[in-house]
Amino acid sequence: MADVDKDKLVQFLLRMGDNTLILGHRVSEWCGHSPVLEEDIALANTALDLIGQTQMWLGYAAEVQDEGKSADDLAFLRDVWDFRNLLLVELPNGDFGRTLMRQFLFDAWASVMLGRLIRSSDERIAAIAAKAGKEVAYHVERSAGTVVGLGDGTEESHDRMQAALDYLWPYVGEMFESDETDAALAAAKIAPDPSSLRTDYDALVNKVLAEATLDIPAGKFGHKGGRTGRMHTEHLGHLLATMQYLPRAYPGAEW
Amino acid sequence: MTDTRIDEKPTAEQIMAWLDTVPDPEIPVISLVDLGVIRGIEWQGDTLVVKITPTYSGCPATSIIGIDIETALRDRGIEKLRLEQQLAPAWTTDWMSEKGRAALEEYGIAPPQPAGGPKRCPHCGGEDLERLSQFGSTPCKAQWRCRDCLEPFDYFKCI
Repeated sequence: MADVDKDKLVQFLLRMGDNTLILGHRVSEWCGHSPVLEEDIALANTALDLIGQTQMWLGYAAEVQDEGKSADDLAFLRDVWDFRNLLLVELPNGDFGRTLMRQFLFDAWASVMLGRLIRSSDERIAAIAAKAGKEVAYHVERSAGTVVGLGDGTEESHDRMQAALDYLWPYVGEMFESDETDAALAAAKIAPDPSSLRTDYDALVNKVLAEATLDIPAGKFGHKGGRTGRMHTEHLGHLLATMQYLPRAYPGAEW
Repeated sequence: MTDTRIDEKPTAEQIMAWLDTVPDPEIPVISLVDLGVIRGIEWQGDTLVVKITPTYSGCPATSIIGIDIETALRDRGIEKLRLEQQLAPAWTTDWMSEKGRAALEEYGIAPPQPAGGPKRCPHCGGEDLERLSQFGSTPCKAQWRCRDCLEPFDYFKCI
């Protein structure tokens, strides 16, 4: 374990694991509902990768925390206020286009973030990043390709993708917010300062959105509060009610 | 009744040979050794430690693989056994054996290629191929189709 305050390391790991957990659950909501079979399978596979990554992040968080909890305990027995995911990933799926736009905006960030974490001074984090990075490289290839296909598609698909981007873009800025937890992890060379990811992120996102003939909204307003836990959207509680129902109603239930 | 317990510790080579008879739970024509998920075998005192690495982080087969390894080795008389998950270096399809690649193709699954797509149709050998989906029936596969014989087939993704 790297040399940093234990609580701050746990915070960081929760932020990583809660992103993949909540997005993984959202994406899994599509199972059986996608427009075509291939997309249904693709979404379910993506969700599965994200849940797998969650086990690595939250598993490590539970170990560092050292309170006898498991990754499952952290996933299923915390309430809204204790979640540290970005607001972006808890937003409802909307239509297929919005789901894939959200996926692309997240995948682009994850690919840049994991690319840096591979060089983390914490060996376990570097190993998780190397493993997850391979999967995310595949995810971003697909989500970027779909954003281009639908954005530069028919008039209907273009308009829906532009509406999705207009709706989701104000949630992008939160990915690059920094606080004292980030500063401590950056000082210990465990994780990059989130603000340092912005240049690479913009380069990737601008290129794909230009190819998709979509315009990035001009407004500077940004929603935030998810990764600090200050304020989640109303949607997270509903998601948790579904996701956590079984282990809460039947404590200790095993598959 | 004869006593089937072993008096001497089997060698790592012997254990690998045993594990080479344990099929992958999702793609039973290849073994766990072919798949490249067995990363190390060592005796720590009288306990056998088997290091395994997951293929995809969320692959549901990972836990079944652990159970299958335990069952196979206990059947061979190994009583003290510990499985360890090894994350780094991350699994790559480069670790798949030549025997495994041939078995996959024979079974109708195109083996992974560094170029990122299948080399030929596993059914007819045709090389005019198209990708139907980047994902398939398991996390490790994608769906392709041969334009020669028009048959769809699975392609084992290269990672």
